[in-house]
Amino acid sequence: MARILKKRIREAFLAYVLLAPSFVVFAIFVFYPFLKNIEIPFYSHTGCRGFGVNRVCAEEFVGFSVWREILASNEFAHSLWVTLKFTFLTVPAGIGLGLVLAVIAHARLRGITIYRTIFSSTVATSAAVASVIFFSLMNPRAGIWRLHIDGIPILEHPTWALPAVAVVATWQSLGLAFIVMSSGLQALPDEVLEAAAIDGAGPFRRFARVTLPLMGPILFFAFVVGSISAFKTFAEIDLLTPGGGTSDSTKVLAYGVYEAGFASGDQVRAAVFATGLFICVLLLTLAQLRLERRVKYAR
Amino acid sequence: MHANHTSKLILRYAALTLLAALIVFPIYATIVNSLSSPVDVSRGFIGYPRALQWDNYSKAWNQGHFSRYLFNSAVVTVAITIGQVITAILAAYAFAFLRFPLRRTLFVGFLLTLMIPGEVTILQNVATITNLGWKNEFSALIVPFLASGFGAFLLRQAFLQLPTELREAAFLDGYGHMRFLWRIVVPLTRPAIAAMGLFAFLGAWNQYLWPLLVTDIDQRRTVQVGLKQLAAGSVDQITITYAGTVLAFLPIAILLIVFSKQLVRGLAAGAVKG
Repeated sequence: MARILKKRIREAFLAYVLLAPSFVVFAIFVFYPFLKNIEIPFYSHTGCRGFGVNRVCAEEFVGFSVWREILASNEFAHSLWVTLKFTFLTVPAGIGLGLVLAVIAHARLRGITIYRTIFSSTVATSAAVASVIFFSLMNPRAGIWRLHIDGIPILEHPTWALPAVAVVATWQSLGLAFIVMSSGLQALPDEVLEAAAIDGAGPFRRFARVTLPLMGPILFFAFVVGSISAFKTFAEIDLLTPGGGTSDSTKVLAYGVYEAGFASGDQVRAAVFATGLFICVLLLTLAQLRLERRVKYAR
Repeated sequence: MHANHTSKLILRYAALTLLAALIVFPIYATIVNSLSSPVDVSRGFIGYPRALQWDNYSKAWNQGHFSRYLFNSAVVTVAITIGQVITAILAAYAFAFLRFPLRRTLFVGFLLTLMIPGEVTILQNVATITNLGWKNEFSALIVPFLASGFGAFLLRQAFLQLPTELREAAFLDGYGHMRFLWRIVVPLTRPAIAAMGLFAFLGAWNQYLWPLLVTDIDQRRTVQVGLKQLAAGSVDQITITYAGTVLAFLPIAILLIVFSKQLVRGLAAGAVKG
């Protein structure tokens, strides 16, 4: 008895030692800042004295009033709207194009590896690299695409800057979309497609009636994951439209966090924006988990 | 019938080539412009440069501080990758093979980190870094990323797929946990570890927002943030910007070609789970 107990204790001790490095990092850099973000807006910080680390404020519990005020503000609504527009402009286009590329490259042809390499090539570009490439190519004085709308350079245009940023983001994520769609396509049972072909279904019918339904779960995952990363977009906005665009037209939520916290120094507003961003990502993740469970049961 | 097949094949190649050209064009234009003179570039010239201006690269390397930026990015990326692989292996082993109180709770805690994006926590993390006096230090760029919930999750899945007999046999042979982990589990799950490592590497190399916030001197800036400095330069510096972009892009392009198999594995898994 005593020996078994001793063994158990030793095993548990080892487990905690193995988990400790990860957990310390998570505690300091994930859980603490996350909870702190939620706590901050519940207190009003008035009567501050001193600067920097030595800054001391009198704290007063104010309940949900600050939350309500900021979440109901036009600024938050605007950022959320811009983020939704951006997601809508990038995610379906990215998945659609990725799928088209995957279908066209899904064949045993001479030299297909070269095409597949080119199609996946944009995974080597980071968001920053892609943005600087397009920022330079669209430079109104020295680029090869000096695009103007209404006489305004496209990236400074209040309406067209966001779609332009969306094109860059879609191009940058196309390599990944292609890889994901390709591996999904390769996992499909060949027999089903062959059977459909023998039954006389043409390529478009085969695609619409057989391939698409079979790819359903992967398309949904790609949609959720793509939406999550669209919601977190920052580098493209900062590099292509510094300051969040003309009349804040490209000021997505993540940019709002940055702008509030670091340019304006408004910690409370930044904390609420960040938590708002988290809630959006959480809702998307929950949708994914729900579907994952459904797919599992369906099998 | 045969002619029909041939024309279909030609059509397919035409479509493939057209799409490939469209996708690769921005990269092609960047490389060409990085080797052109500012005069040619400002004319919107995208053919073959009349005289290759390798000078753009030496300017990006020296005046553009890219030698420093690339070095910093390499240090940070290698440190994060090694750190994440080690901490994830350790955590995955605990979750896959050990029994201990609070196992489920702690595992849920690891999964929760996947749902909290870095963009949400940056504000307080910058304050933490400032309080620790780590601003403009490598520690600020590395330490917050030394653990990965995604990595631990991915490796746990791989560890669980090993046959249980393996473990029994190892313990009969007198192996302890650590010897079993490093001699048997790790070698057998190398493909999964490689995929996870590559994923960590790409993530670390591509970081933008965090290094932007915790560094403000050239001595500690990474490539991605350095690009911002370069892009903000004047129009006659645009060829240097292009050269810098290629320098930021090239190491990853080479790496991805070498590890294309692991990449497809890691990215496909990462995109679905991460």
